[in-house]
Amino acid sequence: MPSSRSTAGPQPLPTDLSATDLLALYYYMRLTRVLEERLVALHRQGKVVGGLFRSLGQEADAVGSAYALEPGDMLSPLIRNLGSMLVQGATPLEVFRQYMAKAESPTAGRELNIHFSDLERGFLGQVSSLGTMVPVMAGITLYFKLTDQPRVGLVYVGDGAMSTGAFHEGLNFAAVQRVPLVVVCENNGYAYSTPTRMQTAAARLVDKAAGYGLPGVRADGNDVVATYEVTREAVTRARAGGGPTLIELVTYRRKGHAEHDDQRYLPAGELEAWEQNDPIARYRDRLIGAGWAGVEDLGREDARVETEVDGALARCIDEPFPAIGTALSGVFADPPAAEPEWYRALPGAPSDRRAGEPPHG
Amino acid sequence: MAETTYLEAIRQGIAEEMERDPRVFLLGEDIGALGGPFRVTEGLLDRFGPTRVIDTPVSELAIVGAAAGAAHMGLRPVCEMQFIDFIACAYDMITNYVATARYRGGLSTPLVIRGPSGGYVRGGPFHSQNPEAAFLHTPGLKLVCPATARDAKGLIKSAIRDDDPVLYFEHKYLYRRVKEDLPADPEILVPLGSARVARAGHHLTVVTWSAMVWKALEAAERLDREDGLSVEVLDLRSLVPLDDAAIVASLQRTNRVLIAHEDTRTGGMAGEIAARINELAFEWLDAPVRRVCAHDVPLPYAPPLEDYILPQAEDLVAACRWLANY
Ligand SMILES: Cc1ncc(C[n+]2csc(CCOP(=O)(O)OP(=O)(O)O)c2C)c(N)n1
Repeated sequence: MPSSRSTAGPQPLPTDLSATDLLALYYYMRLTRVLEERLVALHRQGKVVGGLFRSLGQEADAVGSAYALEPGDMLSPLIRNLGSMLVQGATPLEVFRQYMAKAESPTAGRELNIHFSDLERGFLGQVSSLGTMVPVMAGITLYFKLTDQPRVGLVYVGDGAMSTGAFHEGLNFAAVQRVPLVVVCENNGYAYSTPTRMQTAAARLVDKAAGYGLPGVRADGNDVVATYEVTREAVTRARAGGGPTLIELVTYRRKGHAEHDDQRYLPAGELEAWEQNDPIARYRDRLIGAGWAGVEDLGREDARVETEVDGALARCIDEPFPAIGTALSGVFADPPAAEPEWYRALPGAPSDRRAGEPPHG
Repeated sequence: MAETTYLEAIRQGIAEEMERDPRVFLLGEDIGALGGPFRVTEGLLDRFGPTRVIDTPVSELAIVGAAAGAAHMGLRPVCEMQFIDFIACAYDMITNYVATARYRGGLSTPLVIRGPSGGYVRGGPFHSQNPEAAFLHTPGLKLVCPATARDAKGLIKSAIRDDDPVLYFEHKYLYRRVKEDLPADPEILVPLGSARVARAGHHLTVVTWSAMVWKALEAAERLDREDGLSVEVLDLRSLVPLDDAAIVASLQRTNRVLIAHEDTRTGGMAGEIAARINELAFEWLDAPVRRVCAHDVPLPYAPPLEDYILPQAEDLVAACRWLANY
C-alpha cells in the first residue's frame, strides 16, 4: 500500500475531500467496526435476540459510498451496510436497541438488526427479501424526479441479491425512467456459501450495466477514497439528470454469513489473504503516509468511537423489552389497534351469549 | 438404536428417494457445500454429486420455474426455499403456472417445494412465517405439514413420489427438538391426505398440525391432570388434501372442536376447517367451533411480543375449558 511515506510535506488531498472529511471517513469505519465488535460480545452473552451479521472487512465500501451523498439524499442499506446508516446519522444507541429488541428501539422491538428507517435522516430500512429495495428506491427517486427535487437515492445490493427478479425489474425500471438512483453492488465474494462465479455467468458484475443501458463502474471496495470517488461521480450524474449508474465495489466478507456460520466452504488461504487487505488498516497507513492525518488525530477518533459506543451500550443494556400491550397496534392507520382478542378469550359464560336477545321463532 | 431427529428424518427421506429414483434431484440456494442453513441437505452433494444437488443463484422464481420445466419432462425436482418466507418471491410461478398446469393442459408437474417455516425462534417477520393459507386457496397444490420425525420422513417420501406439485412445510422449531426411533425397515411412507390421532380423548378434539401439535399435547396433558378432561389431538399432517373423514370421526366422538394453528387468524386454514365441519357435521356439535391462531399482525421480533402474538399451550388450555363448559 502507500509506500510513499512522505517526508516532503503532505500530499494534495484527494478530489473534493477536506482533511475533516478524511477523518470522518476514518471515524465512521472505526465506529462500524467497534460497534459490531461490541455486538459480538453481546451475542455471545445471549443479549442479541436473533442473528448477528458482520461487515468486517467491508466497512470502506459502505462508508465511502454513503459519504458521497448530500443532506436530503436517501439510501437503502443491506445487512452489511451498517456503516452507510451511521453516515446518514443512525446512532449506536439505535443499533444496540434494535439488536437487543428493546422497547425503545426504533421499531419498538418489532424488527431486527438494522432493519429500521428514518426518512428524515435519509435511510430506508430493508426487508429480508433480497432485491426488494431496488424497485422501492426506484420509486423514492421517481418521486424526486417527478417533484423536480435535486435529490439522489442510493441502494445497495449484494452479489447474491443481483440474481433476484426484483433487482432486475427495479434496475430496468429505474433505467427506463432515468431516475436519480445509484445502485451499489457490494461484491464480497459470497452469498452465504455461494461464490460469485456460481451466482452469475457474467465475467464481472459491473458488465450487467450494459444490459440495462447504464454506465457501470468498478472500484476497489476496500479503498474508502476510491469508493467515495466513484459513488460521488455517479451521484453527481444522477443529480444532474443523467440517470442511474451501476457501481461494483469489490471487497470480501471476512466473517461468515452470520455469527453461526463456520465458513466451511472457503478455499484454504483465501481468508488470510484478505486479512492482509483490511480497509481500515490500509486507510490508516495512507492517512499517515500521505500526511493527511497524524497518529494523534486518529487516536482521538479511536477514543471518541470507544466513548460513544460504550456510552450507548451502558445506556440501553438494562432497558426492558417492549410490553405485550404494544403488540397489536399499528397494522393499519385506521383502526390503529387490532380488534380485541375475542377468539382467544371469549367473554363470560358461553351459554349466556344470546341473553337479552328476543326469542326467535 | 439412536433416535432420529425431525431434521435427519427429512434428510433420510430425501436421500432414500434419491437412491430409489434417479429422476429425483435437488435445487436450492446453498444446499450443496453448506447443506442449507439448517443442514437439512448436508452430505447429499458428496453422496449424489453436483448434477443431483444443484446450488442455484438467489432466484426463487427461477428455482420453481426450472423445477416445473424439468418436472414436465419427467424429472422429480425437490426445491428448497432457504426460508419458507421467500416462497413469496415465487408466488406467481407457483400459483399461476405450476398449480394450473395439469388442469390447463394435462401437464404433469411432479415437484416438491420445501423449506423451514414457523416461529417460536425469535426470527422476526421474515424468518418465521407459515404461508399455507396463501397457497391453500389455489387449486392444484397439495400442502403437507409434518409434526413428528416419522411423518417428516414418510411425508417427504410420499411428496416426492406424488404426481402433483406438493408444498412441504417443515417447522424449524421442531428440527432438532423432536426425535424418535425410526427403524430403517420397513420403509416409512405416510400417505398424503391422511390425518393421525396424536392422542385419543373423548371430551373434545383439538384439530391442528405442525409445531402446534406439540402445544396441543402439552395442553391436553394439563387438562387431563388439572380438570380431568380427556382431549383428543388430531394431527392433520396434510392440509390439501384435507382428511375430512378423520375430522368428522373425531368430532362424532367428542362433539366439541378447537382448531389451532400458528398462522394468523383471518383467512387462515381454521376458517376453512370450521366451514367444512359446519357443512358435514353440524348436528354432532355441542358447542361452537373455536379457533386459536396467531393475532393478525406481522410476527414481531422481541421475545415477549412474539410469545404473545403466537398461540401458546395456555391459550389452548383456556379455549378447551371454555368449550368443555359450554
Ligand atoms: C429473496 C431471498 N432469498 C433468499 C434469502 C436468504 N438469504 C439471506 S442473505 C442471502 C445471501 C445474500 O448474499 P448477497 O446478496 O451477496 O449479500 P451478502 O450477504 O454477501 O452481503 C440469502 C440467500 C433472502 N434473504 N431473500
